[in-house]
Amino acid sequence: MTIDWASFTPAAALIGGLLIGLSAVIYALGVGRIAGIAGILGGLLQGTTAGDRIRWGFVLGLVIAPWLWMAVAPMPPTATDVGLPLVILAGLLVGIGVRMANGCTSGHGVCGLSRFSLRSLVNVLAFIGAGMLTVFVLRHLLSIGG
Amino acid sequence: MAFVVSLIAGLVFGVGLIAAGMTNPMKVKGFLDLLNWDPSLALVMGGAIAVGVVGFMLAKGRKTSLTGEPMQLPNNTTIDGRLILGGVLFGAGWGIAGLCPGPAIAVAATGSLPVIIFVLTMLAGMVIHDRLLKRG
Repeated sequence: MTIDWASFTPAAALIGGLLIGLSAVIYALGVGRIAGIAGILGGLLQGTTAGDRIRWGFVLGLVIAPWLWMAVAPMPPTATDVGLPLVILAGLLVGIGVRMANGCTSGHGVCGLSRFSLRSLVNVLAFIGAGMLTVFVLRHLLSIGG
Repeated sequence: MAFVVSLIAGLVFGVGLIAAGMTNPMKVKGFLDLLNWDPSLALVMGGAIAVGVVGFMLAKGRKTSLTGEPMQLPNNTTIDGRLILGGVLFGAGWGIAGLCPGPAIAVAATGSLPVIIFVLTMLAGMVIHDRLLKRG
């Protein structure tokens, strides 16, 4: 294992992380809910339920954010390094996985770990472990992407 | 009022994701690549949790939120196969494309066609799960 110091951006990562945490706190204290994207999208997909206006508010903010960013600074790169068939496979896996476990990087990762939830910690270890294994297999065994 | 607070939370979340590098799939894959590891995302999580711990401590004892909406923080502590398998499937998809749900929505909003397709298939995956794979 080597550390890619050239790509390491500690200040930006920390500032971004603090904002993400702040957002979760605004959502929890402000409207009493977990700022988890999997749960918010899942709730919206289930048809009309209480709290839809709140969920749409969060999604709308998330959609406006890159445009606000681009009004001030250029957007960092957003391209992935795999082709369309793998993008489609990835989307399906993410969609099924986050609903099965009731949470993703935001709901289990940020909110769950902040609440010292053992359940969330188990999920986070599973998805980070699987993510690392997947990148290893794709990049270093199959030479796809990278 | 709850709508406005929620919109602000979404906005701060999106700006935080972009600042952190989470909307860059190559940055995410750099964190997941142990042979050439970019530790940045560990600091993203650390920073978010540092703020989150304080906020959720304040939220814990409350009956209603600041806008009057009821507190609906989870009390589920179940650790089962679905929690782990769900994490593994999500992690595999995250590792393939370098995208998780929040950043995917933000990037799709900029008009990136591959990421729009990712979001559509992700939503399809959610529906497939909720219709066909849900327990009970």
